[in-house]
Amino acid sequence: MNIIVCVKQVPAKDAPLAIAGNWIKESDIGFEMNEPDSYALEEALRLKEKHGGEVIALSLGPERVKQTIKEALAKGADRGIHIADDNFAQLDPLGTAKLLAAAIASQKCDLVLTGLQSDDHGFGQTGVLLAGLLNLPHATLIMQIEALDGRLKLKRELEAGWFQWIECPLPAVLSIQSGINKVRYATLKGIMGAKKKEIAVVTRESLGVAIEPTQKIERIYVPTKTKKTEFLTGTPKEMAAKLVEKLKFEARVI
Amino acid sequence: MRILVVTEQRQGKWNNTSFETLVAAQQIAAATPGAVSAAVIGKGVAPFAEELASKNVAEVLLVEHDLLESYTPDGYCVALKQVIETAKPDLVLFPHTYQVRDFAPKLAASLGKGMIGDCVGFRSEDGRLVFVRQMFQGKTAADVTFTGAAPWFVSFQSGAFRADLLAAHPGGKAPVNAAQVTLSAGDIRTKPLELFKEAKSAVDLTQAPLIVAIGRGIKAPENIVQAEALAKALGAEIAASRPICDEGWLPMDRQIGSSGQTVAPKLYLALGISGAIQHVVGMKGSRTIVAVNKDQNAPIFEIADYGIVADIFEVMPALTEELQKTKG
Repeated sequence: MNIIVCVKQVPAKDAPLAIAGNWIKESDIGFEMNEPDSYALEEALRLKEKHGGEVIALSLGPERVKQTIKEALAKGADRGIHIADDNFAQLDPLGTAKLLAAAIASQKCDLVLTGLQSDDHGFGQTGVLLAGLLNLPHATLIMQIEALDGRLKLKRELEAGWFQWIECPLPAVLSIQSGINKVRYATLKGIMGAKKKEIAVVTRESLGVAIEPTQKIERIYVPTKTKKTEFLTGTPKEMAAKLVEKLKFEARVI
Repeated sequence: MRILVVTEQRQGKWNNTSFETLVAAQQIAAATPGAVSAAVIGKGVAPFAEELASKNVAEVLLVEHDLLESYTPDGYCVALKQVIETAKPDLVLFPHTYQVRDFAPKLAASLGKGMIGDCVGFRSEDGRLVFVRQMFQGKTAADVTFTGAAPWFVSFQSGAFRADLLAAHPGGKAPVNAAQVTLSAGDIRTKPLELFKEAKSAVDLTQAPLIVAIGRGIKAPENIVQAEALAKALGAEIAASRPICDEGWLPMDRQIGSSGQTVAPKLYLALGISGAIQHVVGMKGSRTIVAVNKDQNAPIFEIADYGIVADIFEVMPALTEELQKTKG
């Protein structure tokens, strides 16, 4: 089974964010593989170990995203594709998906995996849009994958504790739910081996994709605090009594 | 502006975020100005359409077909594309549910349009709509506008609008009109199988009016009994942040947050929860939020109505006793 897994590079979780227009200042902060995508990569590697085939790590962004592709290669992906694009932060979800879809269409693959959403833009649309653009069946929030003969049996997470089994023919696009597996670390051997693996570089121009944005992020800003917190003081007993009174007569919720 | 709200129900029950989205639509209609219609999609869902007709909407579209009995992304996309092409709305609104995430971006793309998803609010600036959503996991907000021609697709996060503000129909009832759609079995490539719950006592926390939630501050599983006693005295459901469920101290179906349930109860009492954004997105729509945490800088206090900076192990028994006293 040949699998393309889309991995995004995002600011590190603890990175201090300095806003610049509708994006952030990229100097002075660290970047890492988008955590939801790391689950998709892990799932791709496990499917390959079970069923054979090839795993291709695909990433869109500036030069720095090569590091994330290398991380995927170190963990066991066979090769990488880098859509080099310095202007990626200005792409809307559809534009991003069009570029990824063009790169995917140039490969022979049975399965495309994405994470649930990115920790930066957080659009959460890429997998579903890829399915639309590539005219493939899809499913999202996947918690388990069983490969049958030419099709997949999938466990989907629904809301409020519900799950559903669905069947999906191949080829297909799946968005993986975080927590589906336990993500591996790269080994030293993997890291050394990754140096010999190929990363193909393509661009908007070489893919022949014209982008017409459907939406624009005008600005980003620190959200204003909407609530004024009333702090209660005293001994635990006094605070408890005050709280019960507030909840009864002020908030009127009990 | 013509606004179409695509509502959601499953197994005979509304997804309540549908009503919040209707409120968003009514507010946008008041600001732009415009008219709201609502679509109900499925099979045998006429009673849902009748219920919506009592709300302040111009029209309810009943989209029924045998192949829409179970949700599939293909079935919904094919059917709703036809509904949108016929009804010609300027703005199509969805509740930002797991189901909507699964099909709405593709539906928009099938019409060559984009979708602004997971919005928490909107502004109307000289007739131009600006949608507000979160980025960087809630660390920043973003103002987003559409650049192309209508129809525009938007989904609103659970808790972004208050369902209890939903206005009733002024004249009694809106018309319910059947929207004819053509679907064939070949359109639907995935096959939905059985629905199931993993945990034995799976609970729907979204329906709970009162919730007591615990976080890392509970420290050990044997301490949970204290929070449960408090929940019992309050008549509340017990819930938790992700780490508690990952540890297996409470079942996964008690988890609130981006990977768990999204709730908006009347009262949310957060005990020893720091307020990481992954948790906050699941409960910030609560009417009244009480936070108890010994760290006065915990971000949970940013959204709390009432705060108690103290050790939860001192507050829990005192509060339980106080509640028992007032009840008795």
